[in-house]
Amino acid sequence: MQKLFNNRHFLGLLFMLPAGVLLLVFLTYPLGLGTWLGFTDAKIGRSGQWIGLDNFKYLVGDAVARLSLFNTLFYTVVASVIKFALGLWLATLLNRNLPFKSFFRAIVLLPFIVPTALSAIAFWWLYDAQFSILSWTLTKMGLINQYIDFLGDPWNARLSLIAANIWRGVPFVAICLLAGLQTISPSLYEAAALDGATPWQRFRYVTLPLLTPIIAVVMTFSVLFTFTDFQLIYVITRGGPLNATHLMATLSFQRAIPGGSLGEGAALATLMIPFLLAAILFSYYGLQRRAWQQGAKD
Amino acid sequence: MSKFTRREFLKTTAGAAAAGTLGFGSQDAFAQAKWTPEKGAKLRVLRWKRFVQGDEDKWMENTKAFTAKTGIEVRVDHEGWEDVRPKAAVAANVGSGPDIIISTFEDAHQYPDKLVDVSDVCNYLGTKYGGWYDVCKAYCMEKGKWVAVPMGCAGNAVVHRIGAMKKAGFEEFPKDLPGFLKLAQGYKAAGIPPGFALGNATGDGNVWTHWLVWSHGGKMVDEKGNVVIASPETEAALNYGKQLYETFIPGTLSWLDPNNNKAFLDGQIGMTANGISVYYAAKNSQDAKIKEMVADIGHANFPVGPVGKTTELNLFFPMMLFKYSKFPNAAKAYLAFMMEKEQYEPWQQAAIGYVSHPLKAYEKNPLWGSDPKNLPYSNSMKVMLPNGYAGPMGYASAACMADFIMVNMVAEAISGSKPVKEAMDRAKARAERYYKV
Repeated sequence: MQKLFNNRHFLGLLFMLPAGVLLLVFLTYPLGLGTWLGFTDAKIGRSGQWIGLDNFKYLVGDAVARLSLFNTLFYTVVASVIKFALGLWLATLLNRNLPFKSFFRAIVLLPFIVPTALSAIAFWWLYDAQFSILSWTLTKMGLINQYIDFLGDPWNARLSLIAANIWRGVPFVAICLLAGLQTISPSLYEAAALDGATPWQRFRYVTLPLLTPIIAVVMTFSVLFTFTDFQLIYVITRGGPLNATHLMATLSFQRAIPGGSLGEGAALATLMIPFLLAAILFSYYGLQRRAWQQGAKD
Repeated sequence: MSKFTRREFLKTTAGAAAAGTLGFGSQDAFAQAKWTPEKGAKLRVLRWKRFVQGDEDKWMENTKAFTAKTGIEVRVDHEGWEDVRPKAAVAANVGSGPDIIISTFEDAHQYPDKLVDVSDVCNYLGTKYGGWYDVCKAYCMEKGKWVAVPMGCAGNAVVHRIGAMKKAGFEEFPKDLPGFLKLAQGYKAAGIPPGFALGNATGDGNVWTHWLVWSHGGKMVDEKGNVVIASPETEAALNYGKQLYETFIPGTLSWLDPNNNKAFLDGQIGMTANGISVYYAAKNSQDAKIKEMVADIGHANFPVGPVGKTTELNLFFPMMLFKYSKFPNAAKAYLAFMMEKEQYEPWQQAAIGYVSHPLKAYEKNPLWGSDPKNLPYSNSMKVMLPNGYAGPMGYASAACMADFIMVNMVAEAISGSKPVKEAMDRAKARAERYYKV
């Protein structure tokens, strides 16, 4: 026994055991169970039979499921791109020597720290068909003569939800990128300035390459959060109007829990995994290549 | 039996005698004589969370009265009504959980073999209180046995403005579909158009869209569970709905359950479908403008369509007693006690008519007569069809409603976003998926 405890390898394994168990119980098991359920016809309160790819075949042919895939991709791509652009812009602004710098940095985080359900309710009011303050203001200003149907028209509803998601997600991107910006040594900018680089060139050839690793991480997280968004949708539209805002996550919940079709819901959730994996792989193998970061061309 | 000692025999009989003096078997309306509670019985009840505070307060008060009479401790947990259903399903499957679960709609048909036969309780109550409405049997009877005790339903009715109705040429609320459409047009002309929820509104959306289709003779499934939603009757309903939709206030496609309440109380809409809550919110409002509206608010049951009978849908509540319960007799005593007139009528009053009764005798509850405007809600159980109409109820009917198949079909068709035929076919494909199991 004594000998065993003196063995480096054994001790290493022993110390890793708690973490391993945690991962196994809280990550691997639910993921495995979810995937397995997708191949069964399990209902809530009834264990299912193995039905192979039946659920997936059905979902591929189901117009609502296909619409939810489109919605999810549209939502993720548009929201992520805008969040990145606004976040980077905000980060560079905050990186300058502003008066009350700390105050502004703190205030920027506000949308991120408000519980999602609360901000969702606020947006629900902002977008209300009858009580929207946005419509009211525009009407009073004489710019429109009828209230905007923010959530009743499929495209309006999609864009309105994207706007809400952006509002919520920008602080996360901005603050993380700000942290990245602060790690860039000022001497590099000085050198670039001495070489006569324009502000754009300084950004393009100094800031951007050095920021890429953090951009990769931040945007991976941002894409994952957006792709799996649930609360905003569920509070503001519940997937309506006419399923125009159902994301895969909300549709999967609707079918699995209130609808009772655990198997089908799980299959829909499983279908999200390839997209999420692709996003992660892209960021790791695409954006983190050293050569690219150092300015080399492919 | 051989181990049953004389001492134990004395204890038991003494207990029974003591119970008798407490009211068991006495002639008050207390039903415990029929169900002698198990020794040391304790009950756990899970029910949907109140819509109005009075409901919960009175329910707990009645529960306390039960404990005082029987010594049986009862713990009541409250959860949002949409969360009770999945929990009940899990409890049924796992074989452990609350003794009694008060859930919604056709839950008793999803796992009837996991539920205690409560025919004795229902027959006792039915005989004593004038019988159950037919829809109770559809929801709570399986193969000739009662598998749940009906608690009632949260009634939905047309809430409208009386003044504008009269201006539109109607002394009374119309009882047929052409009249209803004409009234809707009248409201639009008066500047307070109708508004019925067409978003994924679990309560308000499902209720009126089911009525619309059923009133024309359309239905999701036939008696055998074959999906027959794509039919000339449904088509007629959707075409009628199109005309109705033209009168609606803009934005109803996005409406969830709370939207119509807000719009009505703000005076923006003249007609909608809702529980009694709008009226009571107006009655209890401190706002002078809303208070003024009270006298002008009217209630009516939905009109009858070509099928010639009422075809409404309301939120039904079954009370299920699970077989895993160690104290089925105590639970039956509790269920019977809560449904007795002495408890039920005051509870209904405390819930200001939000819950409509399943037993015919409670039509005479003074609550309904106290304000004639309450009357349409007293009919809620009488005028409704079960949500799985006209087929068998169970997993498929529950899933169809949770997936908003009817709501989405109606919304797609009447808003013109999909041709009527395509909307019906899409609904059919989706429903067939559920009914195939």
